[in-house]
Amino acid sequence: MSAISLTATQQLERLESGQLASVELTQAYLDRIKEVDGQVGAFLRVDAEAALATAAKIDEQRASGKPLGRLAGLPVSVKDVLCMHGEMTTCGSKILENFRSPYDATAIARLKAADAVLIGRTNMDEFAMGGSTENSAFHCTHNPWNLDCSPGGSSGGAAACVAASMAPLSVGTDTGGSIRQPAAFCGVTGMKPTYGRVSRYGLVAFASSLDQVGPLARTAADAALLLEVLAGHDPNDSTSADVPVPRYAETIAKPLQGLRIGLAGEHFSEGLSAETESALREAVRVFESLGGKVHDISLPHSKYGIATYYIIAPSEASSNLARYDGVHYGYRTDEQQLIAELSAERKQLTEADDPHTLDRLDTTLVRMYRKTRSEGFGPEVKRRIMLGTYALSAGYYDAYYLKALKVRRLIHNDFVEAFKQVDVILGPTSPVPAFKLGEKLQDPLSMYLVDLYTVSANLAGIPGISIPCGQSPEGLPIGLQLQAPAFEEERLLRASHMFQQATDWHQKVPEIS
Amino acid sequence: MSNPYQIIIGLEVHVQLATESKLFCRCATTFGAEPNTQTCPLCIGMPGTLPVMNRRAFELSLRTAVALNCDIPRFTKWDRKQYHYPDLPKGYQISQFDLPMSSGGYLEIRDPQGQFETKRVGIIRAHLEEDAGKSTHDEKTGKADSRIDLNRTGTPLLEIVSEPDLRSPEEAKVYLTELKLLLTYLGVSDCNMQEGSLRVDANVNLHIDTPEGTIATPIVEVKNMNSFRAVERALAYDAKRQYDEWQQTGQKLGDVPKQTRGWDDEAGVSRPQRSKEESSDYRYLPDPDLLPVTVTENEVEDVRASLGELPAALRERLITDFGLSPYNAGVLVNQGRELIDYYLTVAKVSGDAKTACNWVTQDVLRVLRKRDYTILQFVEKTGIDADWLAALIENVRNKKLTKDQAQQAFDAMTGHVVVSVVQPLGLKDSVEVVIEKLGLKQVDETELLALCQELLDKNPKIVSDLRGGKHQAVGALIGQAKQRNANVDPGRVREICLNLIQQ
Repeated sequence: MSAISLTATQQLERLESGQLASVELTQAYLDRIKEVDGQVGAFLRVDAEAALATAAKIDEQRASGKPLGRLAGLPVSVKDVLCMHGEMTTCGSKILENFRSPYDATAIARLKAADAVLIGRTNMDEFAMGGSTENSAFHCTHNPWNLDCSPGGSSGGAAACVAASMAPLSVGTDTGGSIRQPAAFCGVTGMKPTYGRVSRYGLVAFASSLDQVGPLARTAADAALLLEVLAGHDPNDSTSADVPVPRYAETIAKPLQGLRIGLAGEHFSEGLSAETESALREAVRVFESLGGKVHDISLPHSKYGIATYYIIAPSEASSNLARYDGVHYGYRTDEQQLIAELSAERKQLTEADDPHTLDRLDTTLVRMYRKTRSEGFGPEVKRRIMLGTYALSAGYYDAYYLKALKVRRLIHNDFVEAFKQVDVILGPTSPVPAFKLGEKLQDPLSMYLVDLYTVSANLAGIPGISIPCGQSPEGLPIGLQLQAPAFEEERLLRASHMFQQATDWHQKVPEIS
Repeated sequence: MSNPYQIIIGLEVHVQLATESKLFCRCATTFGAEPNTQTCPLCIGMPGTLPVMNRRAFELSLRTAVALNCDIPRFTKWDRKQYHYPDLPKGYQISQFDLPMSSGGYLEIRDPQGQFETKRVGIIRAHLEEDAGKSTHDEKTGKADSRIDLNRTGTPLLEIVSEPDLRSPEEAKVYLTELKLLLTYLGVSDCNMQEGSLRVDANVNLHIDTPEGTIATPIVEVKNMNSFRAVERALAYDAKRQYDEWQQTGQKLGDVPKQTRGWDDEAGVSRPQRSKEESSDYRYLPDPDLLPVTVTENEVEDVRASLGELPAALRERLITDFGLSPYNAGVLVNQGRELIDYYLTVAKVSGDAKTACNWVTQDVLRVLRKRDYTILQFVEKTGIDADWLAALIENVRNKKLTKDQAQQAFDAMTGHVVVSVVQPLGLKDSVEVVIEKLGLKQVDETELLALCQELLDKNPKIVSDLRGGKHQAVGALIGQAKQRNANVDPGRVREICLNLIQQ
């Protein structure tokens, strides 16, 4: 039995007991990547040499009895949206194609301090905008369960690499469902922690009030291990919460007695596919068999989630992405071509005797901005910048952005009410299993609706986890989502672990052909 | 005033706060460093960086706002002001939009020349924001190279916006002088205009009386004024320019968009400036990376208690408690916190506030101006600290020295008069030592009486002149007395001689 078929928790035990060397484990994953990533496309970059060097160093340190970090020797892949000192961080965008970060994101620094082996950077929708990983400027990622299908997104590379056993642990980010939805599509466990639980410092911002870093893994226990390392207060992030971090991996096996499970009517209505609904109903029965008590709850404002999200997220994005203008770093349009183009236009307007248009001709600087951003950003990013710019414009702010903030508060209040009656809320992660690549590219609105059940947790700032709970007749994974009050990640992990002890959906692995 | 119009002026002052580090990162704020050496991933706008508020900058703003009698809301937040410019690397400036950290205050101004009554100039708001970088455009090379220096990016600025309460360029200058004095007293800024620590923009228009009623001319924003004198000149220029323009075009407020003009101090004219591209809609957005700041009533009270005596209160105290003239009170207070502390010590130790005022405003300030010293440099270079000057005053009061002798001692210490002495003066010499070294002994009364009698006996002609009522004849006796003993008090000689004659 190859080491890569073990869970991260099992691998760590063997590493610690000396049964397994990190170099051996890392090499096994590198071999697996070589074997299947040509078809899956989960990685943007794999640094085999650096990974093996780190692994060798850790093995050596372990042999000499030096104290090591929490994840010592475990390979971890990271979404290409977290800055790593001296390394490329592209965010799946042409505009940052050659960008090297001068500093480490806090999440990266914590992984390094925990002696993780950073094996490579995973593919994503450009600037984490999208639900299919098709918006990457570099290549598209395929779902390991069916290569014609999307792995979901935006952390599609992260979910696919765990599903295809190319890394035991992976770090993703979730702004509206970008960890949970791909986790559901790829049949793995993925959690979006509470807003403020994991530092955003060094996470390239999409929508600052919604973005959160989180773990993807095969099991809840493995996710607990990774979250334990990522979570914690960071003085470099003003929105980071100064709340103690439990030892998730140590408490994971403690079952929750009499777990009160909320089912919201809003989660089981129009749009939910039949196969997903029946998988969820079956999952509820599993929880009941474990002593869980089901309560009907209501989240009356959840129907406004998508509309609210698609005002707030693009508004913040339009502001966060203003810095990519070709002046200080990143992609800049070809200057010679730009100057030639402008002088040709000037000449043409002079000859046409059109002083009015001539007077309004772009300055070199303005044209540089225009061309750099037109060429550097992909269509979905441009669409969201335009949405956000519009929503924040004078005269529209109150009607859109301010209104959205008020609805966001109501959505938050729904959860506060619901959590007075229940410990967790159980529902679908996605209305449907993985869709075909290309299927929704021409229909942005239907792509946005994939986030239907996930955006609310981001808007309310609460944690959510997606775990596998079934398969469609076509053999595609189906995920269920559990949500809990802020800073109750431990409850989500323990509930998920209980479920995974009683089921084997999380143990299924795809055959890649 | 003979002008057929009234000038309406409001001022926007940007003050660079005297913090060690920038508003949202740990970079230094020192002026004049090599370009782009005081930068970090945050202030150059690198992806993923996050701002963390500098508490000290907020404290200094709070000090200023409380001193400006502003209301301090319990809750204030940060907003992004969005525009594209190469010296703004994030594509937005972190500022405060609808919930500034203070509003609704005032600053009391008083004209030292007495041309207007004491008045309160309203402060609409004071808010904190980060500075942008500096762009320089080198057009000399013919390549029109632009260079960006981001050292200044993220430096904390307090923007203080006045109501349009100022009615003349002179008043505007007095307001700025008083504001600068206050900021200096508070220690919140060095207010160095040459280094850009204090920048002034003015909004100005006219109210013109016409037979159809008062009409207002379009508001013009004047920028690029690099001294208070320049502000005064630019405003005077624009008032006249607006009046001429109104006579030609008849344009009223609202007829044309607000114009921005740049002042050229050398040429003495202002010129229209091209407004920045698409600057009309800043698409303000509450900054999601920063938490709102809450301020408690107690914190405000603590700040209020820590302000110390501010210029207006000090002037009032010097006038009512010390009996100084408003003019002298102004002269002392306007010199700044260090000089007033010096004066207060001299007054307290000598117990004679008025004489202390005379010495400080006349003699000390004369040396300060002549040598371009600060009061601290004065003390260091001359050895005349507040206790020394107080001792000098006491010696005069105790009649150990004449006023003239005291002046000689002061001048000798400051090097104003070169005195040839056997022993050179030292910076640490006490008044007594200086008196000794200069031989400035007050003459013994018996000795003086004998001297006067002797002189009268030797000068019968003068005596008869004096007896005949020619009192100016005593001058010759004083001259002779001084020749005999340089330390004699001319006043005493005169007094004694006249007394002796009448006996």
